[in-house]
Amino acid sequence: MSRIQESVIIRTVVRIMVPFIQLFALYVIMHGASGPGGGFQGGVIFGAAIILYAMIFGISEGKKKMSDALDKILASTGLTIYAGTGLACILFGGMFLQYDAVPLLPDPAVVSKYLIDLVEIGIGITVLAVMISLFFDVSPPEPEPEEAEE
Amino acid sequence: MKTLALFVVVITGAMLIYAGQDLPAFGDINSPSYQAPMTQYFIENSLEESGVTNIVTALLANYRSYDTLGETAVIFTAGMAVMLLLRRRET
Repeated sequence: MSRIQESVIIRTVVRIMVPFIQLFALYVIMHGASGPGGGFQGGVIFGAAIILYAMIFGISEGKKKMSDALDKILASTGLTIYAGTGLACILFGGMFLQYDAVPLLPDPAVVSKYLIDLVEIGIGITVLAVMISLFFDVSPPEPEPEEAEE
Repeated sequence: MKTLALFVVVITGAMLIYAGQDLPAFGDINSPSYQAPMTQYFIENSLEESGVTNIVTALLANYRSYDTLGETAVIFTAGMAVMLLLRRRET
């Protein structure tokens, strides 16, 4: 193997850190309703975890975790969740994105809180997929293994 | 060229610090944003109307939710444009 490998210390630390960064990202997304945080920030942190993994272990290893097809699906899924929440409010007789109109729970404020959480999740999914796809799109191509052996 | 870049950065930073002196103090009750009539409305009613304790989130995802939908669409569109222009196709 002629591919340059990072040192074992960096690889071990990154392998330990990535799950915690992802957990923190999920916390930031879900905590957006009651404190500092939100979908944009949490999505960027989650994307940064995958980008860190791809920087240390190589682009092809990173693409095993988040393939190009999955990227496209997630980016459009997040936006669909957001717009679908708005359309659901129309179905229940309200205006576009009028959360109070959805009669899931007796208290409209609580419905609004959960729908805001849902919308934040949608934002987070879109942002993390776009972050990762931007990184993969501008990253240089890796040399093929066959060419490296010659 | 590096000297010119450093010069521009230093001048811009000095201008920003100079302009920052005019900002109202943190928590100043006389600041224009606090005096605006909508501020009082949001502080008093955002918890009952939106159910979230974070007023910033209440504004972002409830009162101005349409705006945030547009922001998400902008990010999505930018990502798709970069993907179309820069992604190498496997031939």
